[in-house]
Amino acid sequence: MARITAESLALEPGARVVVAMSGGVDSAVTAALLHEAGLDVVGITLQLYDHGAATAKKGACCAGQDIKDARNVADAIGIPHYVLDFEARFKAAVIDDFAASYAHGRTPIPCVRCNQKIKFTDLLEVARDLGAAALATGHYARRVGGATGAELWRAVDAGKDQSYFLFATTPSQLDFVRFPLGGLDKEATRREAQRLALPVAAKPESQDICFVPEGHYSRIVGKLEPKAMRKGAILHVDGRKLGEHAGIGHYTVGQRRGLGVAAAERLYVIGLDAEAAEVRVGPRRAGLVGTVELEDANRLGDWPLGRELAIKHRYNEPAVPGVVELAHGNTATVAFKASQSGVAPGQAAVVYDGERVLGGGWIRRAVPASSSLDSTAA
Amino acid sequence: MSTRQRVYLDHAATSPLRPEARAAVLDALERFGNPSSVHAEGRAARAVVERARTVIARAIGAERLGELVFTSGATEANATILASSDGAVLASAVEHPSILARPGVETLPVDEAGRLALDALEARLARGDVSLVALMLGNNETGVIQPVAEAAALVHAAGARLHVDAVQALGRITVDVAALGCDSLAASAHKLGGPKGSGALWLRDPEAVPPLLGGGGQEGRKRAGTENTSGIAGFAAAAAASEPPADRLAAMRLELEAGIRGIAADAVVIAEGAPRLPHIAAVALPGVPAATQVMALDLAGVAVSAGAACSSGKVARSHVLDAMGIPAALADGTIRVSLGWSTEIADIARFLDAWSELARRRPRAAA
Repeated sequence: MARITAESLALEPGARVVVAMSGGVDSAVTAALLHEAGLDVVGITLQLYDHGAATAKKGACCAGQDIKDARNVADAIGIPHYVLDFEARFKAAVIDDFAASYAHGRTPIPCVRCNQKIKFTDLLEVARDLGAAALATGHYARRVGGATGAELWRAVDAGKDQSYFLFATTPSQLDFVRFPLGGLDKEATRREAQRLALPVAAKPESQDICFVPEGHYSRIVGKLEPKAMRKGAILHVDGRKLGEHAGIGHYTVGQRRGLGVAAAERLYVIGLDAEAAEVRVGPRRAGLVGTVELEDANRLGDWPLGRELAIKHRYNEPAVPGVVELAHGNTATVAFKASQSGVAPGQAAVVYDGERVLGGGWIRRAVPASSSLDSTAA
Repeated sequence: MSTRQRVYLDHAATSPLRPEARAAVLDALERFGNPSSVHAEGRAARAVVERARTVIARAIGAERLGELVFTSGATEANATILASSDGAVLASAVEHPSILARPGVETLPVDEAGRLALDALEARLARGDVSLVALMLGNNETGVIQPVAEAAALVHAAGARLHVDAVQALGRITVDVAALGCDSLAASAHKLGGPKGSGALWLRDPEAVPPLLGGGGQEGRKRAGTENTSGIAGFAAAAAASEPPADRLAAMRLELEAGIRGIAADAVVIAEGAPRLPHIAAVALPGVPAATQVMALDLAGVAVSAGAACSSGKVARSHVLDAMGIPAALADGTIRVSLGWSTEIADIARFLDAWSELARRRPRAAA
């Protein structure tokens, strides 16, 4: 593995670096390796939501286990560590948006919102105020110095690559942030955690959305957006009514399991109509999408029109070939080479040129591959 | 991290252990006897406790008045008093959380200088159902001194009792329970340079207050549990060494406040015109969040605090500044700088150096 040094991160020796410490093993190793590299590391953990309220545990303190873990790690490394209260900002920028997305039939990615609206804006500002030269996170992605400034690249470990979640990072933010783990694989990170005897070396990875414990997101959606839990009909794309649902907030486009209807064929959620409170289901082919229209696009470099690039429209699926048909301001249209299923409005389509991330945008509209089948995928 | 000497300006949170207190603690630790035991070892420990009681009683003007009970700290002292109430309990809106967090406590407004609105107190007392009023002598975030004697007169006229939290005031200004006219008073050792986990509750009429912790007959049956002999000895030594008036602290605080104004014309000393304890300055630098100031100063080797810290270290919004009607833009940039026995004038200069850096880095510098 490549040694992490101040130089390898394009920093002066001994420069101050703020590390966003979540309490997990990745950011712990990030902080420890930067400290080992002789940098002046300051750990900051964001208090994003009331842990006691989120887990509905009586008497739980405002600080969850993750904050305690981050503090213990900082103490073990021997770096200053602070906890900042971002609850109000996180609620407004991430949680409310999360619930509103479901209420509008979209499938949100709160982690991107958090990076975009909290970590790389407010926390980055705090880091600058503390006189830091950079803000480092434990993301698996690479920041590569290019001819015209910093570029965002995929992580070396394709299985761990988190560049999808970072597509909204602006060029000026990218200039200031560092992803020291981008060259490591997860096993290497674990080994480093053990070598450095970090208290979180054996901590399991969290798969949940941090403010939605145990994946029960519909509870929080229903609380914030009661209209997302309006009862309505489950309709087949051919027009048949197949049953009732307890709110479109329970569904995401592309979902197959837990539809609550019995049918001979395998059915997927094809579209969600927030106004009519309708869930449309159909066979996989009914949900095939050829083109997506993007909004709030972020461009990290030029988007060459018509050239075959790789497009990733869901985090847990690989990028697929596609071309940018149109890019204007912060909107764009991207066409897939082969029709895609499970393309959900609210998710992001991220544009890759080989290893490099050219940015991406939020899927505003998914255009069906064949308009003869159905036109409700939006 | 810097190897330079740290500057500690957070004495309102806790003070470094005074050498006198340290010596007294160590000495008392050797007197291992149980103060309740009849033998020589027990008597030796008992003597430590009773000597300390005399010293602290004298420090609050209660040598021949009422009874002083040792507790685990001021939080326990406050809890004991609150639990003794059989009617409505009132407290100023700027009291410590150990008072305000108790269910059922009604808050009374303060004016913009942070002082209890006596007319509001009088009006509320007139309803006739109040049994207890809690009012701190000096505020822990702003240093503002409350009109305790005036409040005591109103409270007594209504047949209620007045409890005073003197944690920040003790050792900084004269504390005299007779002059204050209060019925009970809470104090803490570690704010004076004594050890943590040691406090006291003074009671004018011990019979009016049942023990919070029952069991053994220690402390005149007012607080069960074997006495914290070394903590009590350290408390007394710290109190004896902290004789007010603290003119030295007041002079340094003035220097600090003048320095701040010299650096940033728009900086504000909260409740500047109000009577204040000599050791606390709440200082607002508009445009720089208090949490950022505290972190940046810490990294520069200077320890101060912001608002009230929860156990996670997260900085919560100050209920004290809210109650005073301080605008959010000012409250959000307010830090507390608090001086103590170990503070020297060079510390003030070091603070001003580091703080001027913050003011200079502001996006829209006032300079």
